[in-house]
Amino acid sequence: MSRSRFGLFVVVVLTTLLISPASAQLPTYGVGRSPSPDEIKVWDLTIPPDGRGLPPGSGTAKAGEAVYLSRCAVCHGKEGEKPKYNPGFTQLFGGRGTLATDKPVLTVGSFWQSATTLWSYIRRSQPFDEPGVLTPDEVYAVTAYLLYRNEIIGETDVLDAKTLPQVKMPNRDGFVPDSRPDVGPTARGRASKPR
Amino acid sequence: MDQASPVSSPNSRRRFLKRGIALGAAITAAPTTMIAQPAGDDPSRVVGQAMQPYGARSRFEKAARVKGPPDMPDEWGANFTPLGQQMGIITPSDLHYEVCRGGVPEIDPQRHRLLIHGMVDRPVILTMDDIKRLPSTSRIVFLECSGNSQWATRGAPAVQITHGLTSCAEWTGVPLSLLLREAGVQKGASWIVVEGGDATGNERSIPLTKAMDDVLVAYGQNGEALRPGNGYPLRLIVPGWEGNFNTKWLRRITVVDRPYKARMESTGHPILLKDGRAYQDNRIMEAKSVITSPSGEQRLPGPGLYEIRGLAWSGRGLVRRVEVSSDGGKTWRVAKLQAPVLRMAHTRFTLDWKWDGREAVLQSRCIDESGYVQPTTEELVRVRGRNFVYFNNGIQSWRVASDGGIHNVPV
Repeated sequence: MSRSRFGLFVVVVLTTLLISPASAQLPTYGVGRSPSPDEIKVWDLTIPPDGRGLPPGSGTAKAGEAVYLSRCAVCHGKEGEKPKYNPGFTQLFGGRGTLATDKPVLTVGSFWQSATTLWSYIRRSQPFDEPGVLTPDEVYAVTAYLLYRNEIIGETDVLDAKTLPQVKMPNRDGFVPDSRPDVGPTARGRASKPR
Repeated sequence: MDQASPVSSPNSRRRFLKRGIALGAAITAAPTTMIAQPAGDDPSRVVGQAMQPYGARSRFEKAARVKGPPDMPDEWGANFTPLGQQMGIITPSDLHYEVCRGGVPEIDPQRHRLLIHGMVDRPVILTMDDIKRLPSTSRIVFLECSGNSQWATRGAPAVQITHGLTSCAEWTGVPLSLLLREAGVQKGASWIVVEGGDATGNERSIPLTKAMDDVLVAYGQNGEALRPGNGYPLRLIVPGWEGNFNTKWLRRITVVDRPYKARMESTGHPILLKDGRAYQDNRIMEAKSVITSPSGEQRLPGPGLYEIRGLAWSGRGLVRRVEVSSDGGKTWRVAKLQAPVLRMAHTRFTLDWKWDGREAVLQSRCIDESGYVQPTTEELVRVRGRNFVYFNNGIQSWRVASDGGIHNVPV
């Protein structure tokens, strides 16, 4: 390769490197296979707080009560506060106004930040003995029932992909960023310390 | 407040703690049994047992995990490591702590798949064979549940329950950064969401910066495949971060542009403050240490020279120094750190101590490479209040009574 052609080569290579987005890199090992869109759909049940990916379907607290009593009450109690497995299970209702007291009660109503978290958790992880069995309608309904029992929505309010992310959870502003280290010689400045 | 608490009712606590006491007693009794070999029972005068293809420990060894909380199903809760019996820094795989919320799944590695998709150029499904073909790396890393030590303040008598939700192992696998580069992360991506393949399908969001830094997709634990309760056949190891990030039975990685606020990252392990607000997105397990011997439920036979032994660790990296007090924190001596001292790994410390037979209070505190000094629980309570429960890394006190008995001093 002559000097000038080598120079041209360098210029071409550098230009290519500079203008190529990182995504144009090729895999080094090339292992695995490409999933089909259908395969991804089956696996991808993750829901962010804005509700992206919520499936069609709907439900109300009225419909959710039946689902709750048949699928959830066995562990969580009919009133959401007399669990079979005392003391470990989460109390589901009540607790508002207790977070700054000596006996804080952390429930969906008093503590949870986002209604989509509740929906996604029930869909993928509940009920304990048969996780994932509830249909989207049932998940919307039982979510509505829990929100209704926590006095966040009304008994006939319809939850669906559009309304669920709009639910305003009472404790949504009750969080601050992790302020640790919050003690000792390396503690962060007072500004980020709790009130 | 705490849905994961094994001990929130006095009755269950008594039962749970009694269990620990029974176990402690059995362990203390074991050496006596071994020494008392009846005459004529000399093992060197008979042919021994047949050799076995897969080893088991001596039937005289009884160290075992304790499951809590006692009132929950066996598939839900935590299995505490018997730190008081552990030697060195590696937790045997069968004694590594476990936390499960839906039982231990039985997964056939031939059928297991990992999906990487979302904001990537090349979504990919990988088999275990695919993953094992890639360049592997091994690293000794501690794990700790952010709920560890919440029972220390509630009077648990032994180190197994006060601190047994931490363990340390050598993990083998593929750097997550390599897998993500193979898939080609797109511009604008800033987080990943990972999901486990158990009955709860536990999800966590992890910043891409951490994912590309030192996270391991592991299939090996202490030289062999992961134990089922520790994620077989595939799990994440997220060095220094709370246990729940270290997703077991890993089956999906979704590359995204925001955190997804899954159950355990938004409401699962809060640090509740006295004003009712809570720290959110808590990740780092801060520097901590505990004396494992002498510790609660053990007994010193009489005055004399003892070796204080313990473990120290920090989610910010290296343990730089451990200090030990035998007078409840009035004076401190620097302990000896046993090699190897590794970042994000348990570090074993020792210190000779002459017990004069009078009451003493033993404490240890860890200072890490960031300069962070392990605080007293009172200091934590002063800043956070009494309700914080999770991420308690306060100094543990063991009171040595004049009869040699050793007791937790709850704060």
